[in-house]
Amino acid sequence: MNIVVCVKQIPEVAEAELEINKQGSGIDTEDLVMGINEWDNYAVEEAVLVKERHGGSVTVVTLGDADSEDVLRRALAMGADEAVLIQEEGFEGSDAFGIARGLYRAVKNLPHDLILMGVQASDDGWAQVGLILAEWLDLPFASLAVDVQINGDLVSVHRELESNTQEKVELSLPALITVQTGINDPRYVSIMGIRKVRNIQVRETDYEELGLSEDEIGLGGSSVASRTLSLPSGGEGAEILTGTLNDICEKTAQIIRDRGGVS
Amino acid sequence: MDEILVLAEHRRGQLRDITFEMMNFAKALASGNQMEVTVLLLGHGIDEMAGHLENSCDNLLMMDSPELADYTPDPYLLALEKTINERRSFLTVMGHTAAGMDLAPALAARLSIPLMSDCLDATLNNGILEVERQIYGGKINAKLGMKPFAQYFVTQRTGCFPTSLVHDKSAGKFPLKPPAWQEFRRNFVEYVEAELSGVDITAADILVSVGRGIGKPESIAMVQEFADAIGAPLSCSRPVADKGWLPKDRQVGTSGKTVRPKVYIALGISGAFQHQAGMKNAETIIAVNKDARAPIFNVAQYGIVGDLFQVVPILKEKFSK
Repeated sequence: MNIVVCVKQIPEVAEAELEINKQGSGIDTEDLVMGINEWDNYAVEEAVLVKERHGGSVTVVTLGDADSEDVLRRALAMGADEAVLIQEEGFEGSDAFGIARGLYRAVKNLPHDLILMGVQASDDGWAQVGLILAEWLDLPFASLAVDVQINGDLVSVHRELESNTQEKVELSLPALITVQTGINDPRYVSIMGIRKVRNIQVRETDYEELGLSEDEIGLGGSSVASRTLSLPSGGEGAEILTGTLNDICEKTAQIIRDRGGVS
Repeated sequence: MDEILVLAEHRRGQLRDITFEMMNFAKALASGNQMEVTVLLLGHGIDEMAGHLENSCDNLLMMDSPELADYTPDPYLLALEKTINERRSFLTVMGHTAAGMDLAPALAARLSIPLMSDCLDATLNNGILEVERQIYGGKINAKLGMKPFAQYFVTQRTGCFPTSLVHDKSAGKFPLKPPAWQEFRRNFVEYVEAELSGVDITAADILVSVGRGIGKPESIAMVQEFADAIGAPLSCSRPVADKGWLPKDRQVGTSGKTVRPKVYIALGISGAFQHQAGMKNAETIIAVNKDARAPIFNVAQYGIVGDLFQVVPILKEKFSK
């Protein structure tokens, strides 16, 4: 089985306090740690699991700057066999279609029985790129996968719906599946693991080699003309409890007693 | 007249709330811009659902076919492609839901119509669409002004508009002929209900909920002691359930459970939109988080900006006999 996984490197923002840059066009990424998009990490793990069960090879693809090679190395350490880096130059400011154009050109010539990627990336959160790619590659697809079972030419996917419900769908291979967090338990990557795969060459390409023009990607190719960022307003907001730690806990305990009916 | 086309969303014969939210969004946008609101209902056995829609839109398009009974992309894509092309709908709206997230991007690619997904709101400025959405997990708001296009496509986030409809219109009802169905490459098999762990968090008066801030599964024991002291079960946000640190049916949020306890104590939960959707109607919300700007503080009544590992042990002591 030839499996292709598309991954993205993103700034890790879950625990960080974000600041908007002076131009208002983006956030200050100086102090932020870059890492693999969490959804894509689950996709890499799923790809390696499929390879372990059914044989074949995993190629991991990313579109990003030179630092993005880190996420490719991680994926190789997890068990991917080959890696492709599409250089970011020209793609800055792309919308989902622009990113999908880059991935499409790179992926269409790779042998692919199964293409996996995360449902969305934690920066823009479009949740579009995977399925646009599926449409252009003329592949059946399923998004929000929490379980994937392959039986010969058929793949059975459990899709996550709302309210603790799932649906089971069946599609024929080759197919594209976007995976939801929690689908598996991603293996740990050690420094040793990364060192073991250091001799695997990362193939690099760029928009020109892929045959894309500047009006298809980047700001020129984007459907968006302008973007203005702001911090969400607090609304009424919480009453922040103050005082010593003991005072705060005393007040909180009282609230829990009064409102929760605890003695 | 230009139209806003709203795709009604239903499951198991019931219209979902997002349908009414989108109709209210479309109505507000249409009235300021001389447009009509058209609802597209694809399904099988849809007369009853149609009855709930026909007095709140200008046009109701109904396509009834067994293949459309449960959402699945192949027939829905064909039906929407045909409808949008024939009617040249200016703006198509669907929910950013499990169904909409699956359907919208492929449809946008097939029709080459730009798609703005997971939008909180949208307005028109001289016929050009502007949308409001969030990035970085809800930590930053973004207003996007689009370039001029003949048609636009938006998926709308749940919970941003009212769910009740005003019955102030009488729609022209139009049955639509289904397109010629081609061979489907994906099939809907069945719905699957989640496994139960024996604790129903939706029945609890108090919930002690842990998020990513708990750090590691071993730390949950400390929180369990506090929860036991006040007689509350544990619940959690998505990251904790994803990692298997608590069973999946303890997860509060859009894809998990919606809870309305008397008291919801959120520990180390940032409060991303999907989590808020599952708990914001709790009577009293107390949040503990190190980040003063965590979105959870927008929905909580009381907040403690601090380390849950310092707060919880002392809080537990206040309840020991």
